[in-house]
Amino acid sequence: MREKYTAVIGLEVHAQLSLQRKMFAPEVAAYGALPNTQVSTVTLAHPGTLPRINKQAVDCAIKMGLACHSVITRESIFARKSYFYPDLPKGYQITQDKTPICREGYLTIDTPEGCEKHIALERIHLEEDAGKSLHDLVEGETLLDFNRAGVALIEIVTKPVLRTPVEAYSLLGEIRKLVRYLNICDGNMEEGSLRCDANVSVMLQDSSIFGKRVEVKNMNSMRHVQLAIEYEIGRQIAVLDRGDMVVSETRSYNAATNTTQPMRTKELLKDYRYFPEPDLPPLVVSERWIEGLRESMPLLSRAYHKKFMDIYQLPAYDATVLSEDRDTALYFDELCQLTKHYKAASNWVMGPVRAYLNELTLSIRTFPLPPLILAELISLVEQGQLSFSTASQKLYPALLNQPEKGVWALARTLDLFQESDTTKIQALVDEVMAVYPDKIAAYRNGKKGILGMLMGEVMKRSQGKVAPKVANSLLLQSLEATQDHGIVS
Amino acid sequence: MKKEFRRRPKEKNTDSLDKLPPFDQLQALLQQGAITCEDIVDRCLHNIAQGAYLNAFLRVYAEEAKQQAATIDQMCQTNNLPELAGMVVGLKDLLCYKDHPVQAASKILRGFVSQFSATAVQRLVDKHAIIVGHQNCDQFGMGSSNEASAFGPVRNALDTTRVPGGSSGGSAVAVQAHMCHVSLGTDTGGSVRQPAAFCGLVGLKPTYARISRHGLIAYASSFDTIGILSRTIQTCATVLEIIAGPDDFDSTVSHRPVPVYTAQLHFDKRAKVAYFPVALEHPGLQPAIRKQTQATLDTLLRAGHQVEAVDFPLLEYALPTYYVLVNAEASANLARFDGVRYGYRSSESITVADMYQKTRTQGFGQEVQRRILTGTFVLSADYYEAWYVKAQQVRRLIKEKLEMIFATYDFIVLPTTPTTAFKIGAYTQDPLAMYLADLYTVPASIAGIPSISIPNGTDENGLPIGLQVMAPAFGEAQLLAFAQYLTLLL
Repeated sequence: MREKYTAVIGLEVHAQLSLQRKMFAPEVAAYGALPNTQVSTVTLAHPGTLPRINKQAVDCAIKMGLACHSVITRESIFARKSYFYPDLPKGYQITQDKTPICREGYLTIDTPEGCEKHIALERIHLEEDAGKSLHDLVEGETLLDFNRAGVALIEIVTKPVLRTPVEAYSLLGEIRKLVRYLNICDGNMEEGSLRCDANVSVMLQDSSIFGKRVEVKNMNSMRHVQLAIEYEIGRQIAVLDRGDMVVSETRSYNAATNTTQPMRTKELLKDYRYFPEPDLPPLVVSERWIEGLRESMPLLSRAYHKKFMDIYQLPAYDATVLSEDRDTALYFDELCQLTKHYKAASNWVMGPVRAYLNELTLSIRTFPLPPLILAELISLVEQGQLSFSTASQKLYPALLNQPEKGVWALARTLDLFQESDTTKIQALVDEVMAVYPDKIAAYRNGKKGILGMLMGEVMKRSQGKVAPKVANSLLLQSLEATQDHGIVS
Repeated sequence: MKKEFRRRPKEKNTDSLDKLPPFDQLQALLQQGAITCEDIVDRCLHNIAQGAYLNAFLRVYAEEAKQQAATIDQMCQTNNLPELAGMVVGLKDLLCYKDHPVQAASKILRGFVSQFSATAVQRLVDKHAIIVGHQNCDQFGMGSSNEASAFGPVRNALDTTRVPGGSSGGSAVAVQAHMCHVSLGTDTGGSVRQPAAFCGLVGLKPTYARISRHGLIAYASSFDTIGILSRTIQTCATVLEIIAGPDDFDSTVSHRPVPVYTAQLHFDKRAKVAYFPVALEHPGLQPAIRKQTQATLDTLLRAGHQVEAVDFPLLEYALPTYYVLVNAEASANLARFDGVRYGYRSSESITVADMYQKTRTQGFGQEVQRRILTGTFVLSADYYEAWYVKAQQVRRLIKEKLEMIFATYDFIVLPTTPTTAFKIGAYTQDPLAMYLADLYTVPASIAGIPSISIPNGTDENGLPIGLQVMAPAFGEAQLLAFAQYLTLLL
């Protein structure tokens, strides 16, 4: 049945900008403060107050636009969007209507088939958030928290070009990665700093006319977005198969039942009475402003991914993991400026480094070892002065506790260096040769397996510190020499 | 009571008044010790009390005013007076004054206390002007007669059966009746100039964005200006140069430097003056005003100035354009008065929709409701293009036409109002007729240009006539100088 239909999906993603100040008001805007402690007279819409544009919010929106290959609008105006709701202090939201700060552009996702797909954007615009209505926290009452009111948001609107719930999931992941890379939003869906509404419709496979559109709200994780869209597609197909019409409406996703339910049926006709905000001058963005931001743009995840594969010759899996967030990518990239053992570096970062960060739930930003120290550690192993296991199990934990000691000093203090002085190792070999004449005879008679046992003896007597390669070759030399000697005698 | 005033209004009112020395000479008197600031404030308070029936003030800050006067009297002894020392100022109830109530003369803001001062008010306070109180007005500045106040009408001190004009009616009467030297009003479509004309005063509406709107309770944001009501041009210029200029709190305010207007009041040019026959021939214009305006134009011509008739066919579109746009903006600006966070909330409501409905129905006056509804209508999706967009286009045409005229002429002269002060109750049942009172003042508001009303004689009933002079944007220095010249000439 499902094969008859195609789904058409568009996303509207709100990203709360991680800024010190609100969009048009002067006060700080931190998450989790006590209710109504971050509320100026501007936010509370006291009579006589006027909005002022937070330039940093504009920076964020332009950066996002540049990252999405959008056209930056050189002169945009803000608009008032009017509706009455107790958590909307002015009775209107200042947003952008006809002139969004960014137009068009696209984001790239990876399809399950391993291809790249461009998802076209309609627009990115700036606006302010509403407060929060807390229903029934006190029974029968609605409490209002205006801390969030006026917080800066960007809304990213895609064209209706997504076709599957998985694509929607990937796109949202891509947006989250991007806003985190750009450091403009923490991307936390659970806390609501990233919010996603989905517009879903279905149509017959060969049709070119979109079906009736349903807006689905209230998904607070990426997984929920995918599930909600999946459910909604199934529901709409079932409606059509029954011969009914899909009703154009807004539905709310219920995670507990994994279903959607209609909401706001009374407000089918929304008339927001948009008109230009007369309290703000047009927002004029100069070429210089844009260029300044373009120059300050960090390398983005896809660029790092490509660099890690092309230049550092890493497998795709490593590149994906290491470019997942910007701090890791930055750390790894810096590490690779200090060592040429790229794959070893990747193993270290994906292994011991991640293990440590995960255990303590730290960000790599607060990782105690700077790339230079890790690079020294890697080179000790790669040069054979330390085995990987000694390095990762003894020196690394010690370094994490005392990074200021330095790799070499600490390794020496802990007496971890491998012995590679041939004279000293030869002495150990000679010792072993002297103790096991019968084993040597057996070796001589073809029992080559004895070599491993003899190596073990050498290692044991050195307390594991001789360089295995060196010891092995010296032992071999001695065994062969003894044999030759034997023949001659 | 009412009958008594009606019988012999003029005598009664002027007799009981304790006239204020004009501010322009006051500082010299203070420094000579000829008068004390406390005496000035006492006279104001006396006049306010005596004129309580005029209903000009909603709240009087008597004790604060007296204290400030005492401080200034001490300063007089040190011989170093701040610029506005001795000036007593009243504020229209649309201007915020920190820690004082402000109510827009409306029930909906009952109990609201402002947490900050309007930038203009703060600048006056910084120069030691004494704020004596908040003045009555039409609710939210919406009205042309000061009858649309939740606190009752204001009466014209020259004839208490007549209106003082609006919406800054209380502000005009306060200056007219010597209750203060200066009032700060607001002018969205004539609300300072029209009451100035009705009360025989100087009323200035500066260029839009010349004075910060921070702390002005918004009616129509793209029209609202703070305006000055005073007895003399000199006083008006003194106040303007202090309150005008850039302000971080208002991102629409102009950053142009503010001239020292008081130093440029001498006008010695040959002025090029335009007038609109279409305005003088308008059927609604009171003959006495037509005659008086014509006489003024003749006087100018005789004095050697260039005076020419200019076509202004857009005049008939000015009022409709104005009312579409201001009501649209008002419908959004007044949405914040919802009973949720401050002010009046109907106690009868159960649901949220109920709360909005009852609070706003009970809290706003009828004229305010009418304008909100009209504004909501012109912004709704089905009518937006036909009304709001069209009106914006006409606004641009009017602005361009006026700019074009100013490419040739220095000033445009026309009457401030079609009639002199009318009787209380004359138009309260006919809002459209009331809107006509703004006929001549709205063009300057639509174009955002400065405009001043100065006294220009009286009509057959001895009621003041106002002469309006308009100048190009930011032409206040020339406008004030020319107005000063006219005052001396007439």
